[in-house]
Amino acid sequence: MKDYEIVIGLEVHAELNTESKIYCNCRNAFGLEVNTQVCPVCMGMPGTLPTLNEKVVDYAIKMGHAMNCKINSVCKQDRKNYFYPDLPKAYQISQAEVPLCENGYLDIMVDGVEKRIGVTRIHIEEDAGKLLHDDSFSGSLVDLNRCGVPLIEIVSEPDIRSSAEAKAYLDTIKSILQYINISDCKMQEGSIRCDVNVSVREKGSDKFGTRCEMKNVNSFSGAVRGIEYEAKRQIEVLESGGTVIQETRRWDDAKGMSFTMRTKEDAQDYRYFPEPDLLTIVVDEERIQKLKESIPELPNRKISRYVKEHGLSQVDATLIAESIDKSKLYDECTAMKKCSPKNVCNWILSDISKFTNDTGKSILDTALTAENLVKLICEVEKGTISNSSAKKVFDIIIKDDKDPVKLIEELGLAQNSDEGFLEELAKDILSKNEKSVSDYKNGKTNALGYLVGQCMKASKGKANPGKVKEIVTRMLSE
Amino acid sequence: MKLYEKTASELSEMLAKKECSAVEIYNDVKSRIDSVEDKVGAYVTLNENALEQAKEVDNARANGEELHPLAGIPIGIKDNISTKGLRTTCSSKMLENYVPPFNATVMEKINSAKMVVTGKMNMDEFAMGSSTETSYIHLTHNPHNLECVPGGSSGGSASAIASGEAILTLGSDTGGSIRQPAALCGAVGMKPTYGSVSRYGLVAFASSLDQIGPMGKSVKDVAMLQSLICGYDKMDATSKNIAYPDYYANLKNNVKGLRIGVPKEYFGEGIDSEVKESVYSAIELMKQNGAEIKEISLPSTEYAINTYYIIASAEASSNLARFDGVKYGYRAENYNSLTDMYEKTRSEGFGDEVKRRIMLGTFVLSSGFYDAYYKKAKIVQRKISEEFSNAFKECDVIATPTVPSSAFKIGENIGDPIKMYYNDVCTVTVNIAGLPAISVPCGFDSKNMPMGLQFIADKFCEQTLLDTAYAYEQLSGGFDVITKKF
Repeated sequence: MKDYEIVIGLEVHAELNTESKIYCNCRNAFGLEVNTQVCPVCMGMPGTLPTLNEKVVDYAIKMGHAMNCKINSVCKQDRKNYFYPDLPKAYQISQAEVPLCENGYLDIMVDGVEKRIGVTRIHIEEDAGKLLHDDSFSGSLVDLNRCGVPLIEIVSEPDIRSSAEAKAYLDTIKSILQYINISDCKMQEGSIRCDVNVSVREKGSDKFGTRCEMKNVNSFSGAVRGIEYEAKRQIEVLESGGTVIQETRRWDDAKGMSFTMRTKEDAQDYRYFPEPDLLTIVVDEERIQKLKESIPELPNRKISRYVKEHGLSQVDATLIAESIDKSKLYDECTAMKKCSPKNVCNWILSDISKFTNDTGKSILDTALTAENLVKLICEVEKGTISNSSAKKVFDIIIKDDKDPVKLIEELGLAQNSDEGFLEELAKDILSKNEKSVSDYKNGKTNALGYLVGQCMKASKGKANPGKVKEIVTRMLSE
Repeated sequence: MKLYEKTASELSEMLAKKECSAVEIYNDVKSRIDSVEDKVGAYVTLNENALEQAKEVDNARANGEELHPLAGIPIGIKDNISTKGLRTTCSSKMLENYVPPFNATVMEKINSAKMVVTGKMNMDEFAMGSSTETSYIHLTHNPHNLECVPGGSSGGSASAIASGEAILTLGSDTGGSIRQPAALCGAVGMKPTYGSVSRYGLVAFASSLDQIGPMGKSVKDVAMLQSLICGYDKMDATSKNIAYPDYYANLKNNVKGLRIGVPKEYFGEGIDSEVKESVYSAIELMKQNGAEIKEISLPSTEYAINTYYIIASAEASSNLARFDGVKYGYRAENYNSLTDMYEKTRSEGFGDEVKRRIMLGTFVLSSGFYDAYYKKAKIVQRKISEEFSNAFKECDVIATPTVPSSAFKIGENIGDPIKMYYNDVCTVTVNIAGLPAISVPCGFDSKNMPMGLQFIADKFCEQTLLDTAYAYEQLSGGFDVITKKF
């Protein structure tokens, strides 16, 4: 078999979380009773007209900035004409020729290696309704609640070369959408969907193979499976001497297979033309700049900063940066420059994550403040308290906004690090445990642990275990 | 003189002086409807609540409420303007039983002014036609000669003015649909500047060209109604957010020093010589009274009809796609699949002219043809607009015939769409350029049928337009609108 390369382009549709729909005042909400979030406009009643929700433009421009796009300050909206019962006007208002944002890129990280994926365009459009099927009724039912829900469509260049890259690209888009808070990103509610374009070519070839577009891909894992299935199918066609035909295929996630929907010959002609009911979108430079300034530091930037400046591992940096809450707390703590970023990272990824996972709360829902966390870490770093005592303090400050320093005092958790005191203590323990001392000297190194433990026990846990170990080791070698 | 023969401004004064009541006016108009409607066929639906509305106006007046000058004036509404609770058919089988759940913005204004809605006026199906013959509901006859068409597409609205079946009416104008029937029925009709009257609730034919406008017996009446219906509407993105004057209050006989442009392209071949003569003599009359006449040229006029039918049909093919049998309106009875349901519903629900334009529009937007037709038409549209704006640098208004000839016989042109389309040759340019224009009666021809004079003004210059038309009305001794035939 020849060596093949997979070429992938993705079209991602993300529902925006504006309060109202794109062309009317209906609420943009999911999961409500069918046909309740509707009005004559989104139901496409004769004589109704769309009016653009400017928030949608703002949101799309934000995404454009986040994906390093050129923002087209003047652009139109166009009608995409086709018949389907979930599309009451029989056209979808979208953008054809000139999208709001274009020519951007997104840097993704795959196996620790950064890769740049070109972003062809981002445009705004309206969602369609949904067809429902019910056993009690022989036909189809239509729910128009979703009609007019604002969408952005993000089209990538055919720069993706594997399902792993596709997954990384999708994950990165999702985290950006959440970071700039323009989409709920609830996959199970269909708030992000994608169409996948796949072709294969012999490695080293500079010409693209014939591509197939796969629709109905409703999850990122589905995209991965779909890409792998489709690439394998195309390679098999080529290997058996056939040619891949350009077509649109439907992905069936349950079966793990794709099926022909329509071939190029019966491709639909959408007869795009400028939407005459809406004015040209004109966005002034000031508004574009303001939106640019509103973009927070995005996960990719954070990861590289955490790795380069804080010395975190790629994995830890990613785990922190992918979560808005975690990175917020991490950034607040590290900005104080009072304790080691690595220690902040450890607390967030261990005890704090465990607490949020166990309780189902987000970090913001807890009483924990960056200030308290830093104080606690500092006390540990100074050796004032042991790790196990620190956990006791933590259990309190995550539920109540209390000063860790005062808590340590109140609970008497402070460790004794006084050299003289500890030496006395060690001398006493060593003299009482001659057997262990001779064991250690005979090479049984685990006797050290026992002796340190005895010191701790004798001090009722107050002795600084690090220091004790240091002193005991020194005495044993004397 | 019977009440139905009076103008809205006369009736408004009488109501204010309590010389008559809204109920008396409505009853007079209603009895006129009862006696002539079977000859004319202006209405699709009569409003059963009209008398109630008239009573409310009288009660409000008796209670000393401050009322709009048009309160209590009977008005007929073209049947493509959405009236909440009152069937709005667009004269199509497709919407024969469609009752809108909301009011068009103009209806909100008419209702808040407490006008009395007499009913819904017949029209060409979905406003596509120039004779009201494409109506699925029934034919409408020209009150000046019942064998003739009233023009279209607002044929019901125009004939009701001439027959005395309504005091005022609303029409809609996409390529001449207010002005052409106004001319053929001897009424006054104005197509306002695109963006000055909200289109919200007007069932769309060609969104970039459609505009609702007033029709009546006099320029004053039309000015009065236009002042009511114009204005910015946040429900219509194409409506212009500017201050609109009260045209009626500001109306003045303005002819001295008025610069009237006369474009030679509107007086060429195909324009009936009687029409030319009457328009020329109207212009001469204005000149004798102090107007300055300038011969101008609008060379792209010859491309206007083609441009218009490409743009209008393209938009129509998309606008009418929603009539698919899924949600409202007609649905075919027997079908075996979704596609079959769509095809049968649309084949059975639309008439020939509508289908012709949907096919034309679908064709010109198709990939491979878009650049040659739609894109080129948009370029010509810009050219036509530029020529008009250049013309308005040297004149205040432009005078032309409204229609090439007086009303033709019912059935005479229906089999020849191209001939029918050329009826709009003097009116479509105005829609293409988004300008305001008015048609006023300008005498009767040798067949004793009315002819129309069209004035065109620059965008949002309705006041100049109405002042000019008002001046002509005064100079010509007033318009004789109501038919003498019955």
